[in-house]
Amino acid sequence: MTEPNSTDPQLQSFIFAETQKQRFQVLVHGLTDKCWETCMGRPSNRLDSRTEACITNCVERFIDVTTFITKRLMNTTKYRSDSPLEFQ
Amino acid sequence: MDTMPTGSLTGAQKEELMDQVKQQIAIANAQELLTKMSEKCFKKCISKPGTSLDNSEQKCIAMCMDRYMDAWNLVSRTYSSRIQRERNNM
Repeated sequence: MTEPNSTDPQLQSFIFAETQKQRFQVLVHGLTDKCWETCMGRPSNRLDSRTEACITNCVERFIDVTTFITKRLMNTTKYRSDSPLEFQ
Repeated sequence: MDTMPTGSLTGAQKEELMDQVKQQIAIANAQELLTKMSEKCFKKCISKPGTSLDNSEQKCIAMCMDRYMDAWNLVSRTYSSRIQRERNNM
């Protein structure tokens, strides 16, 4: 018998890939929710070009905001691993 | 499922396990979509709940579902091409 905790490389890479895919899916669910609220009027026969453009911008800007906030937080917070996180 | 170490799974058992995982993920995603669609399309189409879903409400919901799928696919395409672009810039 092999070591009880040994991980199978094939399963490991399968789980890794599926986790990545699922993270993407979760983000798409969330972004669709937000951008639908922001962009969608009354549902019609098709997505009109204005709504499409709004959704595209909504996704792009949301990512920009996340990136911006991440950068700014990294620059403005003093993080010390030996004490609780402080925000200043 | 029993707690056999994965090291002793046969190839066929591994395939089965991976298929099961994929199926569970697909179910979870379908459920999420169902929940969101119900919430969004209820909000768009049912302004004053009556004693039944009338014809025009049903039409609105059907259209809303299709548009929600369109929006979902558009978000997915936009997001994945953004990831692609960022990756090329690194």
